[in-house]
Amino acid sequence: MSKANFITKEFGSYKPYSINEYISVGGFKGLKKALSQGYEKTIEDVSASGLQGRGGANYPTGKKLAQARSAKGYGNRYVLCNADEGEPGTFKDKYLLLNGIYQVIEGIIIAGYCAGANKGYIYVREEYTFMHKDIEYAISQVYKKGGLGENILNSGFNFDLKLFSGGGSYICGEGFAMCESIEGKSGRPRSKPPYVKECGLFNDPTLVINTETVSVIANLMKYSVEEFVSYGVEDCPGTKMISVSGNVSNPGVFEVEFGTSLKKIVQMAGGNIEDVKFLQIGGASGAIISSKLLNAPYTYSGMKKVMGSIGSGAVVVCDKTVDVIEYLAVVEEFFHHESCGKCVPCREGNRQLSLIMQRLKTKKAKINDLRNYVKIVNALDASLCGSGRTQIVPFVTAYRYFMNDFKSKIQGV
Amino acid sequence: MENSQYAESINNIIEFYDNEPSNLLQILLKVQDKTPAKFISKEVGNYIAQKLNIPSSKVSEVISYFDAINTSPKGRYIIGVCNSTACFANGYEKIGKVFENELGIKMGQTTEDGMFTLKYTPCFGACDIAPAVRINNSVVGNLTPAKVSKLLKNLKGGGSNE
Ligand SMILES: Cc1cc2nc3c(=O)[nH]c(=O)nc-3n(C[C@H](O)[C@H](O)[C@H](O)COP(=O)(O)O)c2cc1C
Ligand code: SF4
Ligand code: FES
Repeated sequence: MSKANFITKEFGSYKPYSINEYISVGGFKGLKKALSQGYEKTIEDVSASGLQGRGGANYPTGKKLAQARSAKGYGNRYVLCNADEGEPGTFKDKYLLLNGIYQVIEGIIIAGYCAGANKGYIYVREEYTFMHKDIEYAISQVYKKGGLGENILNSGFNFDLKLFSGGGSYICGEGFAMCESIEGKSGRPRSKPPYVKECGLFNDPTLVINTETVSVIANLMKYSVEEFVSYGVEDCPGTKMISVSGNVSNPGVFEVEFGTSLKKIVQMAGGNIEDVKFLQIGGASGAIISSKLLNAPYTYSGMKKVMGSIGSGAVVVCDKTVDVIEYLAVVEEFFHHESCGKCVPCREGNRQLSLIMQRLKTKKAKINDLRNYVKIVNALDASLCGSGRTQIVPFVTAYRYFMNDFKSKIQGV
Repeated sequence: MENSQYAESINNIIEFYDNEPSNLLQILLKVQDKTPAKFISKEVGNYIAQKLNIPSSKVSEVISYFDAINTSPKGRYIIGVCNSTACFANGYEKIGKVFENELGIKMGQTTEDGMFTLKYTPCFGACDIAPAVRINNSVVGNLTPAKVSKLLKNLKGGGSNE
């Protein structure tokens, strides 16, 4: 189990922004196949591949496409390709946009076709403004070739696509918050139900799907489900884009087979296993796990066993020079800064947690701070959106794996 | 402001976005980009509200919600030092201090000559070149104190790191 080439198979063999070169390496073959075999078979194929959403929530993509298709609606139906990539330590979607923009667009069109959608946005974070013009150029090229607009490739399917820029808010990566921001409002989540899939953008059925997920769909159609599932392990087939950073000599984006060990991932990025103190996997809301667990396989179930998750595919490697409590204070600073303030557990919890982390960091904390830490972290579970709810993970895992580090920061212990 | 060239460019942006209130965030981002001091003043916010025929409170709410929209004048170069996880593991704190010392300002401040605004900013996806800073729309990474000095010298000399 190691590096793989399924999603990124053609990367580097063509000029990323030349549509003709993309076509010369088989670009849009996947779309043609989907259009000719029909949406039912296409959704079936996606289901058979076992593909789960790559934006962090791991929802089975085939099921999601089927639900999008059957959602009741009377007007427009939308696809939002999520390129908001806000989880700290994550930069694989940027890599896909830079090296495979036409594959992303092809995947969006296929997803739109499956969902029976007529309009789509690619929601690109404001921090990636330097790419916006290029992405808009790529979209215009696809229109010129008849891959977007009316009667796409003479199939009778109509679909429009536009870029929408984020405004520097992590929360807008959440489906409802994204809808709100596209509607011209401040991007705060709505309460559920109803769900985005039934009642999303402008209250119409909306499919929110990650940039990597659509890139996989494009190549699933172009190649085959069999080829995709020949990678990985039995309970977790396929490949995954990961972003490895931190204290490693060769940080970057890698496509790996599921089942690759964390150890191998660290080594792939030039990390020295002996130096590792901990990893944070899955983004700022991902688990902080000790170096003792590096034999764990990188799969959904393997990560669950160490109280972690695949999340956004981020792997931040920290060596022994990094203080885990100070690191956790950085994580808290992020959530405190990003909390949209709509619900009390997240708004107030982060205010308090941030103070506690400061006291721990400066060794001014008392034993009571630790009790409150546990209490607040548990209370965050009642938050309105996934931000507050998943934010718990690093705090629970760090507490579990690095208890002594907490104790060393407490006065009188 | 009604008949100025600036108002004209705002009108063009609004028209480009079909006078459509749902495009408010896109309009604000583009207008800010056209504004030398990279911010949306109250006056401009009101003007946009009036043009889109929506309450100005709605516009100010969106302006205040999004980090990418500034409410006060900024320097010619907005330097955002990433203070998230991978940059922390690679010493962003030290790099932040070097910027503060070299520019003689604290995070959140703008130099008197209006050249530089310095601030902390969450991860912008340049973790593979941590520690990294964002300067307007470009990114510079693998920073060391020496590299920061050189970078600032270039920018002060009118260099091209925009
Ligand atoms: C606070 C928050 C931030 C999120 N940020 C992102 C993001 O940046 N990119 C992303 O693809 N999904 C993000 N998600 C997950 C999306 O809500 C959604 O599940 C995902 O985009 C669906 O696509 P998928 O099924 O292909 O993963 C975020 C969720 C939450 C709660
Ligand atoms: S959990 Fe946090 S980010 Fe999500 S709605 Fe509540 S306050 Fe906003
Ligand atoms: S953590 Fe600094 S750019 Fe991602």
